[in-house]
Amino acid sequence: MSMIEFKDIRKQFDKFKVLKGVNLQFEKGNIVALIGPNACGKTTLIKCLLGMVIPNSGDIMFNGKSIKGQWDYRTQIGYMPQIARYPENMKVGQVLEMIEDLRDKTNISLDKELYEAFKLGSILQKRMGALSGGTRQKVSAYLAFLFNPQVLVLDEPTAGLDPVASIILKDKIQKEKQNGKLIIVTSHILSELDEIINQIVYMEEGNIIFNKPIEMVKEETGKYKLTEAIAHIMSIKNKN
Amino acid sequence: MKKIVKYVVSDILRNKIVIAYTLFLLLFSLGLFMLEDVPEKSLMSLLTLNLILVPLVSTMFSTIYIYNSSEFIELLAAQPIKRKRLWMSVFLGLTTALTIAFLIGCGLPILLFSPTGVGISMIITGVFLTVIFISISLLTSVYIQDKTKGIGAALLLWLYFALLFDGLVMFILFQLLEYPLEGVIVGLSILNPIDLVRIVVLIKMDISALMGVTSAVFKQSFTGSIGSIISFSVLVLWIAIPLVLSLRKFAKKDL
Repeated sequence: MSMIEFKDIRKQFDKFKVLKGVNLQFEKGNIVALIGPNACGKTTLIKCLLGMVIPNSGDIMFNGKSIKGQWDYRTQIGYMPQIARYPENMKVGQVLEMIEDLRDKTNISLDKELYEAFKLGSILQKRMGALSGGTRQKVSAYLAFLFNPQVLVLDEPTAGLDPVASIILKDKIQKEKQNGKLIIVTSHILSELDEIINQIVYMEEGNIIFNKPIEMVKEETGKYKLTEAIAHIMSIKNKN
Repeated sequence: MKKIVKYVVSDILRNKIVIAYTLFLLLFSLGLFMLEDVPEKSLMSLLTLNLILVPLVSTMFSTIYIYNSSEFIELLAAQPIKRKRLWMSVFLGLTTALTIAFLIGCGLPILLFSPTGVGISMIITGVFLTVIFISISLLTSVYIQDKTKGIGAALLLWLYFALLFDGLVMFILFQLLEYPLEGVIVGLSILNPIDLVRIVVLIKMDISALMGVTSAVFKQSFTGSIGSIISFSVLVLWIAIPLVLSLRKFAKKDL
């Protein structure tokens, strides 16, 4: 049984078809990179998994159970959005407190490792609206890992982070993989992810083009660097 | 759910507009009661104010609040929280905060100066109006994506209920003056919560004799236990229907 299974997911906004029948399976203990050009449906796919966008047709199975109309499966997903939107007037401390307060914490050991690593203690009194993009990302990353979920969904995790924070986050991702978690990452900056991912899903215009282990991609394209491999694939596609 | 309501309420009560609304109501009610010797007269003026101001503030405040807290709602929607529960919490939070504001601003002075049947019915109907217009704003703001359009629609709806509807009823009345329309007018009045509240309170005031034949029919239909059961059921429906429709939409909405 796959941890997450997308079954023929279709979604259109007005007339624009964003997802055109996506079929995918993810197993635990992997770091999957979801890549593709802008507006290829990555974020929509992720939002479908989180129940924030409702697909027009198709189904998503989480640990073998359909997520339709469900919500408790989300205890097992930590989500770091691409552009984190928080109530502007709340202080960082209040947001963290609120999220922690709202969750049922029985049987969960909180993972506050990133709190120390990102030095969030020093910004608790700042208003969310006054934070820089990178600092917001740190708050989102901390919240994603906080409840020790089985699945981590990170949408462009390193986009706004400085190199130090980016390395901290990458180490954290790798560590959680070793704990048997499934991590789904989307990113444009492939070189950033090169060292840690082991599976690639490539999307284009709402379709899955391929879903392969990284070694296979590198082997097939004959390129050693992931960036080059992907660029190679894209250029072949454009020629056809 | 209690926890989310708590966060919404504490967020709203910090808002300066709610505080200003409370203070304005309080000053105005106290002023009216102190200027007049006869509390009934003050109640009349207060009723006129309430019928315009309470729906306006409830509608505009709720609509703007919902658009401005889209981040808050999105943040919570990604948490393991049922969509419907989240939306109900927003509704309950708005209801609690604005009802508290109304009770302090208007309820307190009425209880101090005129704790009569009319006064009590004004407080109850005022709370109803508050909640009804919150419920209507939830419905418009869940359907309309764009903030400016949403606020515009809310404003138009208020204008319709507060002013245009009466104009339309008057128009129909004058056009069909020869026919016995009392029943129709009673029927029409349940289509507008503001009118319904006005009638309920005026009949309690016992000055309906001033309003001619129609009011005799009103009195027949709206007094007595059956009458008040009917009018209050209609008011409850005015809360329930928009709320249920908005809940359904929100449960399936793409955030």
